[in-house]
Amino acid sequence: MFYREAGQFKTNYRDDLAIFPILQDRIAIGALLAFMFIVVPLIADDFWLNTVLIPTLIFALAAIGLNILTGYCGQLSLGTGGFMGVGAYSCYKLATIYPDVNIVILILLSGFFAAAVGVFFGLPSLRIKGFYLAVATLASQFFLEWAFGRIPWLYNYNDSGAIDGVNRSLFGIPLSEPYGAPYFQYLVVLTIVVVLTWIASNLIRGRYGRAWMAVRDMDIAAELIGIKLLRTKLLAFAVSSYYAGVAGAMMVFLSLGSAEVEVFDIFNASFPILFMIIIGGLGSLIGSFMGAAFITGLPILIRATPALVDLQVEAATAEHIQLMTTGALIIFFLIIEPHGLARLWHIGKQKLRVWPFPY
Amino acid sequence: MDWVLTLLNKLFVAPLVEIAGAPDLFIQVLWEGFVAGTLYSLIALGFVLIFKASGVFNFAQGIMVVFGALSLVGLYSLGIPAWAALALCIVIMFSLAWTVERVVLRPLVNQPDIILFMATIGLSSFLVGFGEFVFGGEPKTMITAELGLPSGSIDLAIAGGLVSLQKIDIAAALMSAVMVTGLAVFFNKTRIGRALRAVADDHQSALSVGITLQQIWVIVWFAAGVVALATGIMWGARSDVSFALEVVALKALPVLILGGFTSIPGAIIGGLIIGVSEKLAEFYWGPLVGGSIESWFPYFLALIFLWFRPQGLFGEKIIERV
Amino acid sequence: MQDQLQAPPAAGMRPAASASDASLSGAAQAAQQAETLLELDHVSLSFGGVKAIRDVSFDVNKGEIRAIIGPNGAGKTSMLNVINGFYHPQEGTITFKGRARQDMRPDIAAGQGIARTFQNVALFKGMSTLDNIMVGRSLKMKRGLIWQMLRIGPAEEEEIRHRLAVEHIIDFLEIQHIRKTAVGQLPYGLQKRVELGRALAMEPDLLLLDEPMAGMNLEEKEDMSRFILTVNDSFGMTIALIEHDMGVVMDLSDRVVVLDHGKKIADGTPDEVGANQHVIDAYLGVAH
Repeated sequence: MFYREAGQFKTNYRDDLAIFPILQDRIAIGALLAFMFIVVPLIADDFWLNTVLIPTLIFALAAIGLNILTGYCGQLSLGTGGFMGVGAYSCYKLATIYPDVNIVILILLSGFFAAAVGVFFGLPSLRIKGFYLAVATLASQFFLEWAFGRIPWLYNYNDSGAIDGVNRSLFGIPLSEPYGAPYFQYLVVLTIVVVLTWIASNLIRGRYGRAWMAVRDMDIAAELIGIKLLRTKLLAFAVSSYYAGVAGAMMVFLSLGSAEVEVFDIFNASFPILFMIIIGGLGSLIGSFMGAAFITGLPILIRATPALVDLQVEAATAEHIQLMTTGALIIFFLIIEPHGLARLWHIGKQKLRVWPFPY
Repeated sequence: MDWVLTLLNKLFVAPLVEIAGAPDLFIQVLWEGFVAGTLYSLIALGFVLIFKASGVFNFAQGIMVVFGALSLVGLYSLGIPAWAALALCIVIMFSLAWTVERVVLRPLVNQPDIILFMATIGLSSFLVGFGEFVFGGEPKTMITAELGLPSGSIDLAIAGGLVSLQKIDIAAALMSAVMVTGLAVFFNKTRIGRALRAVADDHQSALSVGITLQQIWVIVWFAAGVVALATGIMWGARSDVSFALEVVALKALPVLILGGFTSIPGAIIGGLIIGVSEKLAEFYWGPLVGGSIESWFPYFLALIFLWFRPQGLFGEKIIERV
Repeated sequence: MQDQLQAPPAAGMRPAASASDASLSGAAQAAQQAETLLELDHVSLSFGGVKAIRDVSFDVNKGEIRAIIGPNGAGKTSMLNVINGFYHPQEGTITFKGRARQDMRPDIAAGQGIARTFQNVALFKGMSTLDNIMVGRSLKMKRGLIWQMLRIGPAEEEEIRHRLAVEHIIDFLEIQHIRKTAVGQLPYGLQKRVELGRALAMEPDLLLLDEPMAGMNLEEKEDMSRFILTVNDSFGMTIALIEHDMGVVMDLSDRVVVLDHGKKIADGTPDEVGANQHVIDAYLGVAH
């Protein structure tokens, strides 16, 4: 009853092709954005900003990247962490070489380096598919991990082998970790994520998105229609890696403050992001956000629960339980709803459409 | 163009000179590669078993290796004598197989392979957490002596130098050979083995012909579990049993690429190739770039191989029909 | 004066038959006056030891409906695959629009104006009807990456333009009601229609249809026949189709070529072919 499209008819294709054709959706998005941009910085405390919101947004961006590659284009990739790392390390080097350039510009630029590396490691996709491609992406992941640790130029010959944050500001306000205030970092991250999500949405709704999905569903037929397979796949790798790279750069410079190689390895980055898009829903932008929120929030939830019920639990045990829960939930979701939270969301909206009738 | 010559020299000529100068060292490296290769093959074997009979790529195979070893050590530390602990472990692996079939595989029986693959990733995560929860995260020592496995080494004087072969490694190689032969016979000569191969191609047709999927899946996951247990014992005997093993287990993937996903001899040969090439590369090329290239070299090798032969050495050619 | 009026014959264009050549049937005369769009010359194709096509030659004229028929396993689908560029014949030449070609890739064939449907519907199951047909417009959409990312101005205009073209096809095929439905959920008959729509969206010069009526009931077949005829009559599209339903073949096609065990055993109008003893024998399974 609330969510009816009755009375909303489109009189031209432009309206039908808009991102949010339904009025209720437009209102909802508007309200959400207003909330995120205006209300949250005022009411959220540092913990929520630093531990929940900023990491969720950053991982959501990386998840969107992986979703473009795996969910929309069907190229399974286990190398997201590596590409995030390329973004982070590029940003670090750029910040060192160009100390006067705005950090936000550097973050956005470093994505291109990640994109270039992504295209290079995407070349095997011309001949290799499915699981085999996943293993090829592992090659990129392990190689990049090795490179981050073994090429001293990348980390400016630091003794620690880690990259450090730099002191940068935006419009005169300190921004980068650890100097910037959380609310400001949050706003910058939010802006970047919203803009890049809008761009991703445009791409997906246009001819490239359709080409990606065609390649995913039946690449032979796609070829017959005239779609150039290699170009389409490499574009997916490029865009996906760009998003991962920007996410990686933001992670180091707007969230963590410093990073060691482990931050980008398969267990801390590649797999969790894959879980995010599985649970969130393959081929769904909103699913990427939901999955990111879920995977980022779960450990926090598990750590917080014992305190809520007055139970003493060691940190290590909490981590074990978190792993078990994540694994169990993945299996659970795959059984109940392989299309993830996004599908559940759609079903919910469907129910809203016909409410109060059952169907 | 000088740099090209220098590069070629460094890559190919210098190592050959080194090999010629210290052949015993070369043989030692070869042996180490052979040993590592045997263990990769065993892990790959577990993958192949499950994939051959159910079309499922069991990402959790590596963690099953760790789990098996941990269970054994854990039971022994409770006071159970070694051989009884071993028998009990086999029961545990059976229960694991049975549980996985009921909880994970049966509900997902008609889903596309990618869904099942992701389910095994979830399973792997669960088992890591569960294993750490039950057994604790610190490394443990394998009960080698109690199981009757040899220790110490045999030193051979070869090629003017000394080559040292660990007895446990020889035992591992022998055991793998026995297991592989047994499995090959099982799949090719027995009725159940043939049924398993039929199931792999198509779940639904197998159902319509009357083969009970459930039993077959339990059998095959159990077999993979036993292989995993044996692998865990052998590997744990060389270095401690810890969850670091899980990362090493990912090395089985290049092995599978080389050997194909459905071939038992392929898993063995692929494992040996990966093991030997990885150690040789690390020893002779590693120092040129700062070492530790073992972590990615096998993957690159597999990648190059895949480029020319997308189905691996022994795999079936992928024919796509429209 | 004569020399100026007489344009030099384009490659592949046959000289008009003289009206006094009464030995040829009317349709064959018409055929001789038509322009050849596709010509296969002594084409042979084998897979390993299996000879799928043996020394087959025939042509397809512009604007006609050409049926390729024959018992199962005759090599019909392989024939289409060769025209498409999936398979490369070991012998023989294929001339399309006057240009002989050797190796052809499917995407190049698409660029040259060949579109195709499949026996087992090759739709993109994860996408809607509308999106599936829009994919058919891919070759015609030009706006690059930057415009696609921003989606304002030129990219939006292009999207709307092509959406209009696609909507015309949707109207023509009467599938408006399933526009936004994921094709995986559609019944088989409708899927075939969507697939036809996708091929039409490419605005090809040559449309290859592989058993477009397979698995349809009478009503669906009538609809599909109507669409095929309209496409050929009103849009002037040349069609080559494989079909098993003899009634359809006789009614729809201008000319028919019959294959059996990879060889051509008849070539002519439906009436000529229908009366051909070899053809009858082939279908009845009589050894010959």
